[in-house]
Amino acid sequence: MPKIEVKNIYKIFGSRPKSIFPHLEKGMSKDEILEKTGHTVGINNASFQVEQGETFVIMGLSGSGKSTLIRCLNRLIEPSAGEVLIDGENILETSYQELLKMRQRKLAMVFQRFALFPHRTIVKNVEYGLEIQGVEAQVRREKAYEVLELVGLKGYEESMPDQLSGGMQQRVGLARALATDPDVLLMDEAFSALDPLIKKEMQDELLELQAKMHKTIVFITHDLDEALKLGDRIAVMKDGKIVQIGTPEEILTDPANAYVKEFVQDVDRTKVITAATIMRKPDAVMSPKEGPRVAVRKMEEAGISSIYVTGKDKYLKGLVRIEDAVRLAKEGKDNLEEVIIKDIPTTAPDTPMVDLLPVAATTSYPIVVVSEDNKMLGIIVRVSVISGIIGRGD
Amino acid sequence: MFTLHIGPAFEALIDWLTDNFSGVFDLIRKVLLSGITGLEDILLFLPSLILIVIFALVAWKIAGRGVAAFTLLGFLLIVGMELWPQTMKTLALVMASALIALVLGIPLGIWAARNDMVEKFVRPVLDFMQTMPAFVYLIPAVLFFKLGKVPGAVATVIFSMPPAVRLTNLGIRQVPEDVVEAAKSFGSTPRQLLYKVQLPIATPTILAGVNQTIMLALSMVVISAMIGAGGLGSEVLKGITQLKIGLGFESGIAVVILAMILDRITQALGGTKSK
Repeated sequence: MPKIEVKNIYKIFGSRPKSIFPHLEKGMSKDEILEKTGHTVGINNASFQVEQGETFVIMGLSGSGKSTLIRCLNRLIEPSAGEVLIDGENILETSYQELLKMRQRKLAMVFQRFALFPHRTIVKNVEYGLEIQGVEAQVRREKAYEVLELVGLKGYEESMPDQLSGGMQQRVGLARALATDPDVLLMDEAFSALDPLIKKEMQDELLELQAKMHKTIVFITHDLDEALKLGDRIAVMKDGKIVQIGTPEEILTDPANAYVKEFVQDVDRTKVITAATIMRKPDAVMSPKEGPRVAVRKMEEAGISSIYVTGKDKYLKGLVRIEDAVRLAKEGKDNLEEVIIKDIPTTAPDTPMVDLLPVAATTSYPIVVVSEDNKMLGIIVRVSVISGIIGRGD
Repeated sequence: MFTLHIGPAFEALIDWLTDNFSGVFDLIRKVLLSGITGLEDILLFLPSLILIVIFALVAWKIAGRGVAAFTLLGFLLIVGMELWPQTMKTLALVMASALIALVLGIPLGIWAARNDMVEKFVRPVLDFMQTMPAFVYLIPAVLFFKLGKVPGAVATVIFSMPPAVRLTNLGIRQVPEDVVEAAKSFGSTPRQLLYKVQLPIATPTILAGVNQTIMLALSMVVISAMIGAGGLGSEVLKGITQLKIGLGFESGIAVVILAMILDRITQALGGTKSK
């Protein structure tokens, strides 16, 4: 069962939201509806699922409805229609009391502008959720200290929020959300208000924390690099609609439409695209049992100057150059072993392109992509590295 | 041209109220009167010098040394001008009226902040209360509560309540939306939201409203001497009607001193809370 399941959510702002559904069914655009009826379509039929332990990023420009969508998950905004299931329970149908319980224990939120309580000390900010639950003062104080240490704010417990820098304030925001031990973290543009360097630091720390905590995270951002860095999967939103959901690589390499394509145009692709994406099948491979003559013929047929030699189950042995094969054939020798070049560049399939560039620049052979047990998966020739960078498929 | 007087209708309304609710008005009158005179008795029971020292200490504790010194010297000057009893009477009336105005005004402000319909309704009423010339309140107040301190207090409550309502409303509405959202996202009940987040953050603004209410109350209390509320106002009135320039000036100065002391102390109240 998915941790969060959103089914056909709509949010329409205005006096008579229900009257807008027929227009939407007819396919009227957001702008048309606003002009004709004065209603704003916040979310238009959004559905997605988030698995336990997954970081799900919702990305879109401002006004795309992403902040509205995340607020539907804890009902800070009431959807006009649809279902939001958390652990299989439809939170849009629960009583107010149950909703409060859910917010207290299962869901916690981190805000763009930190939204700390300005009249409370740092530790009292962090304690807030536990205080609301009625946890004993001593217990919640201990928990708050523990979480503050986790986010690297030990020693600032008694400071006031306005004495801290932006980055530190957002650490407090994160600590406050973690203090209640929620299953789900809702992060609304959590790092967008921070300086670039601090932002990067916080992203790294979130990844580090997440590796330990395995929370289910829904992360809103307008920053594609951030989405690609943090997201296990990404949903791209436009005009209240989800236009594509996929892994970072899928979004980059296979944009669903022109909007997504434009969005991903400027991204630093080398950090996201991995060896597995740009590798291709080698033109020819051969077994070591086959002799030099076969090698020469295969290379001639494929029009290449070297051939890979793989053993059983595609186990990579090495590479044979055409001149060596020809020499062996002339000398009448049958065994290729002595001319197999073993020192060839290899890489794992999940290596990002940025790490392949220096290798590609120095080697004269293609890079071989191999699995953990050294099975040949494919090769990367220099030209595919370059086309990968500029974003054109072969 | 045509004439349209709405005055007679108002008169009729007041007549109807006095005819039908005189029992209620009498009760209010008795309660208020005993409260105000009780307060007066306490303030006048203690010797002036002891009371001045107490006031100065309170000022010191709340607002610091400068205000304490000013309180001491200012009140001594009032004693010297032989206006102490009148000043204490005025203070008693201000305290009683302002207290009632706050007890009514702050909850009303909270209600208006949490409910847009209430705000919509309250706002024009407050405009009316604030812009209607203060003297006009005195007329129905006299009709309902006869002459003396009670109609003075009632007119003062009406005149001084608006800033308490307005600034409480404003203070709560000014709490940033995302801070309110944060509180809600942790599962706060509306009550927890109010007491743990909205009111503490709004406190400086609400205290500014308290300060304004007290200052307005003081000015109205002086005016209500015209209907026999007594105190410093009646000395000012004497100065005007009998052309006693000296007396008018002295009692005017006494009002200013009292106003400044009340202002500085209540302002400091707001300042220390927000630190």
